[in-house]
Amino acid sequence: MADKRRNIISQRATNIPPSGIRRFFDLSAGVPGIISLGVGEPDYVTPWHISEAAISSIKKGYTMYTSNYGLLELRQELSRHLNHRYKIDYDPKSEIIVTSGASEALDIAMRAVIDPGDEVIVGDPTYVAYIPCIIMPGGVPVTVPTTMDNDFELKASEIEKRITPKTKAVLLGNPNNPTGAVIEKDELLKIAKLVEKNDLAVISDEIYDRLVYDGEHTCFASLPGMKARTITCGGFSKSYAMTGWRVGYVAAIPNVIEAMMKVHQYIMMCAPIMSQIGAIEALKNGEDSVVEMVDDYNRRRRVIVNGLNDIGLECHMPKGAFYAFPSIKSTGLTSDEFAEKLLLEDHVVVVPGSVFGECGDGHIRCCYAVALPDIEEALKRIDRFVKKHSG
Amino acid sequence: MKNILKALEDDARTTPEKIATMTDKSVDEVKTVIAQAEKDGTIVRYKTVVNWAKAGEQEVDAIIEVKVQPQKNVGFEAIAEEIYRFPEVRSAYLASGTYDLALLVAGKTMQDIAAFVTNKLSPIDGVQGTATHFLMKRYKEDGVIYDDRGGIHRLTVTS
Ligand SMILES: Cc1ncc(COP(=O)(O)O)c(C=O)c1O
Repeated sequence: MADKRRNIISQRATNIPPSGIRRFFDLSAGVPGIISLGVGEPDYVTPWHISEAAISSIKKGYTMYTSNYGLLELRQELSRHLNHRYKIDYDPKSEIIVTSGASEALDIAMRAVIDPGDEVIVGDPTYVAYIPCIIMPGGVPVTVPTTMDNDFELKASEIEKRITPKTKAVLLGNPNNPTGAVIEKDELLKIAKLVEKNDLAVISDEIYDRLVYDGEHTCFASLPGMKARTITCGGFSKSYAMTGWRVGYVAAIPNVIEAMMKVHQYIMMCAPIMSQIGAIEALKNGEDSVVEMVDDYNRRRRVIVNGLNDIGLECHMPKGAFYAFPSIKSTGLTSDEFAEKLLLEDHVVVVPGSVFGECGDGHIRCCYAVALPDIEEALKRIDRFVKKHSG
Repeated sequence: MKNILKALEDDARTTPEKIATMTDKSVDEVKTVIAQAEKDGTIVRYKTVVNWAKAGEQEVDAIIEVKVQPQKNVGFEAIAEEIYRFPEVRSAYLASGTYDLALLVAGKTMQDIAAFVTNKLSPIDGVQGTATHFLMKRYKEDGVIYDDRGGIHRLTVTS
């Protein structure tokens, strides 16, 4: 009888590819003495003054819904912060929504912009959620390859080749997960020209904006003419070590905000109030912690990249985020084989580059938001592993 | 300079070669900065933080508040020196408030510390009174939280 029952799973859900990351999570369960470079979050716990602000707010009874937009004080702090860092003006009352993480920000941005059949251009390799976020409202992802020769920088000329009459938007992840690439200002200006010329929207995921080590982060919306076309997505997870708090934001011009608000108010209502209060404290008094963590990631970045190159896994120096993305082609293994064997034989977890797209194949993602002694031990094990497999 | 010192503060055994990698400087440059910092006292000393209880060693620590009579011309300096020269005194500070010197004193037993207070500290000329607080549990020392984050684990793989 069961075969007569109709499949209750929608075509749309069926079309979303399963996450290649979950398989590695399951594989790693129960392996003893594991060192994980497979994570996508800081190893720091949230700075104490931030946690304290949230705890004390709960004690005082701040346990309700907030405005759908988020607490006004938080939007004011975000506005001040974005203005101070990137010289861009967002009105706290009409141009910012506080979201449950940059994850929700991306989702509501896509749903507000995409009609079924619209094409969205996105770099490859790319953050695992981007393509599902495009597919869910019926969009069609069009990927643009990036390669190690260019430090994985997304190039305007490559975007241009893929623009069609159906192209609606460009999705930028800058800095990039998994490659750590930062798109330089002059390249962003070229992308802005294309966007203008072809009348496109831009969804700019800048959640790693504070984790830029060489040079400076450029906020895409701050480029001439771009504020009206851009939805800026950001958050607190990475810069302030607040992944579990689920708080982020979107910023855009008022009519775009209103479209996103329609989605946000019905699916989320508001971000958790205690997390919003923590976020206010982060913006007001968290700068020293950010600088300290960034300095620390920077030291580890150099250790891991040098170590990987010494092992013979060619690795560019990533300019942002906290991932190294070396090539493992010299071993002759696919990235999936490499990651699986490394995990089972030498107990180091890395993420195969293939889960981030075709151009990620032949690479592995190694997160260096990991204690230095663990990075060093992981490098030793990877060295042993690579020697074993290139003999 | 700050980055080099920070690397050493985190782990005093970090080699100049590794620090050079971390800070993108040459090994010679790093060695020069460290040598200079050692010479001019910026680096005071290299120290290991030991959890003695875990090593099975007995140690008793006390914070002792000392009220002293400041002396003409030298103020607290002479008495402070007379006190902090005792090896039992691990740390000594001049403090504002209801007492003057704050000492951290270590001994093997409570009797050791009691004997130090009665036989050595109290009889010093100018010491007007002491209050001894034995430390019962060590939560954090030199910025390091003892037995921190027991049970907190990140997932091994996340996006
Ligand atoms: C590029 C990128 N965007 C968005 C997110 C989601 O962040 P949040 O925790 O704010 O939802 C992540 C987290 O891994 C990310 O790497």
